[in-house]
Amino acid sequence: MKRFLGFVVKEFYHIFRDYRTLLILFGLPAVQLLLFGFVITNEIKNAKIAILDQSRDEVTRRISEKVLSSGYFILEKNLRSSGEIGQVFRQGNVKLVLIFGPDFAKNLDKTGNAKVQIIGDASDPNTANILVNYIQGILSNYIISLNAEKIPLQIIPEVRMLYNGQMKGVYMMVPGLMAMLLMLISALMTSLSITKEKELGTMELLLVSPLKPVQIIIGKVFPYVFLAFADACIIIILGNTVFGVPVVGSVALLLAESFLFICMALSLGILISTITNSQQIAMMISLVALMLPTILLSGFIFPVENMPLVLQWFCHIMPPKYFITIIKSIMLQGNGFRHIAFETGILAGFTLLFIFISVKKFRIRLA
Amino acid sequence: MRTLLFIIQKEFLQIFRNRGMLPIIFVVPIVQLLILVNAATFEMKSIKVSVVDLDLSSSSRKLISKYEGSPFYKVVQTTFSNDEAMEFMQSGKVDIIIRIPNGFERQLVRENHAKVQFVINAINQAVAGLSSAYSTSILIDFNRELMQDWLSPSQMAGLKNIQTDYSYWYNPKLNYKTYMVPGILVLLVTIIGLLLSGMNIVREKEIGTIEQINVTPIRKIQFIAGKLTPFWIIALFELAFGLTIGKLVFDIPMVGNLWLIFMSGGVYLFVILSVGLLVSTVTNTQQQSMLVTFFFMVVFILMSGLFTSIESMPDWAQKLDRLNPLMYFIKIMRMVLLKGSAFADISPHFWSLVVFAIILSSLAVWRYRKVA
Repeated sequence: MKRFLGFVVKEFYHIFRDYRTLLILFGLPAVQLLLFGFVITNEIKNAKIAILDQSRDEVTRRISEKVLSSGYFILEKNLRSSGEIGQVFRQGNVKLVLIFGPDFAKNLDKTGNAKVQIIGDASDPNTANILVNYIQGILSNYIISLNAEKIPLQIIPEVRMLYNGQMKGVYMMVPGLMAMLLMLISALMTSLSITKEKELGTMELLLVSPLKPVQIIIGKVFPYVFLAFADACIIIILGNTVFGVPVVGSVALLLAESFLFICMALSLGILISTITNSQQIAMMISLVALMLPTILLSGFIFPVENMPLVLQWFCHIMPPKYFITIIKSIMLQGNGFRHIAFETGILAGFTLLFIFISVKKFRIRLA
Repeated sequence: MRTLLFIIQKEFLQIFRNRGMLPIIFVVPIVQLLILVNAATFEMKSIKVSVVDLDLSSSSRKLISKYEGSPFYKVVQTTFSNDEAMEFMQSGKVDIIIRIPNGFERQLVRENHAKVQFVINAINQAVAGLSSAYSTSILIDFNRELMQDWLSPSQMAGLKNIQTDYSYWYNPKLNYKTYMVPGILVLLVTIIGLLLSGMNIVREKEIGTIEQINVTPIRKIQFIAGKLTPFWIIALFELAFGLTIGKLVFDIPMVGNLWLIFMSGGVYLFVILSVGLLVSTVTNTQQQSMLVTFFFMVVFILMSGLFTSIESMPDWAQKLDRLNPLMYFIKIMRMVLLKGSAFADISPHFWSLVVFAIILSSLAVWRYRKVA
């Protein structure tokens, strides 16, 4: 036991004396959360548009004013002919062109019907879709104001946003960032620290020491449990104090689940380091094969249900997906253990599986 | 010149003799392109709905059948109890609850307006925004049909109307993949370039072979250039390979001039590799180098406009983003490939990249010390 403690102390020295790594490990979550909490939104404001007004009468002017004062749009250019549309789109700033046909006010007065054409730059399809929807909304409000007497048979949608009433992007970032960083620290750092000993040749020294292989491995991963746990707490606290992301459910449960995920990631890191002997390859595997799927195949940004079926199967074997579901469930929806028992079981299963494979592999290597 | 060729040859040998690295350089990005482009989609396919119809009138049923008939929605629960619906929402089995209150039809006829309630899971606000837009637009369509069915022509004629016509240029079907492929391609080339170069010099430091180079007469600029060139060639090749796959598999349009892409790509990769080499000269271990690289990469990627639009970021962030080379190249790729922009259109972005390339490569040369 004393030997083992000595080994753990050695590992701690390894980490704490490399102050640059340490700085990044703790600076990373803080900076990323702050940056993305403030920066990343999907709400579109101040989109640049161009207007091609062929009638230039009072009504079109009033509609243009309504559109531009909505806060969503900024006028970049007044066009003179439809030939200019392609040109402004190719320059890339203008996202949408609004076209009023000739004799707009006259048509509206006489026939009660006038025409507006909206052209969106769908090289960015989502933005185009949303902007066109905005303009249509503004126009239909204007139509209602035109018809002073009540329009019959109006169905009014009443939308209530649950769990995130102010529609903040940071609510989605906190669970995602936690999964990402715990994965990074636990899986990546452990696999690197073990392969590094192999690369430098010091692994041989450890293997001939009286420490058992199991003790070596546990000693190796031990400090990272602390680091990862500290990072998880930093994210939760920052998210709560700076951005007001609540922890609706039980904090203890949240921490327990985080601990389970850390164990899973650590065992994955050990597995990676038993497969390869070089830091570079361990890193490439962790980064390329783990990080991007953690970001994209976990339901962190893009919902799993929208993906093609084959990819959905892939998503189901991604541990971060279950962890993110768990965190959202506890933190934002305030659920208890009953709702997340299934996901917890799966994470535990992954952990056991990875440990089992690494133990097998490790024995073979020693022989 | 010969010295330069020798070091380039050495680097190439080192790359191609490393069995573990080769598949990572060539196979993984392609697999990722195929997977990620399919994964990164906001196209709603199955919004899971719980219907609480307390009215049970013919109009409420007709409205619900609109949602049932839409390919975007999947009705997973029909119930009369709000609590049951909320329980489904709480356990994540449904994304939206559509609630039609008792007396909906009666109110519509007598008071000329009635309400339908949508309760949406908004944890992911982007998804919530889109599904709210879909749901209300179906409601609006239904409302229009209802008016046409129930109102006499004379009643309709009394109403003033502005007819809106909309069209989407460059991507009329709003195919999200067309938008993502050029961006993800930039992402993959960046990751590979940054990692290869970021780990390179520092690896020689760790293994100790840097000493051997430090005692040769090679000049600093030759050393950096020799390190940079092989990765530059590999990354450009990968860009070409990725574009081919984009064309063959995803059928993305290539409206513009491909030479523009490769010219900007060449400059862009020069920037990225210089960043990598700079990190590599500043750090002492591969672990440090990787963490630094990772840190910058994530910031660059998330601010690049790949997943979220740059215009919606706050003003200071947009100013800060001018230091982000990824943002420029993603813009160039999308503009040239999808819209056929000419050099004049992309020139501000292009020259910014050139300035980055000059500054960062000189920094890398300056920071590299031949003394241990």
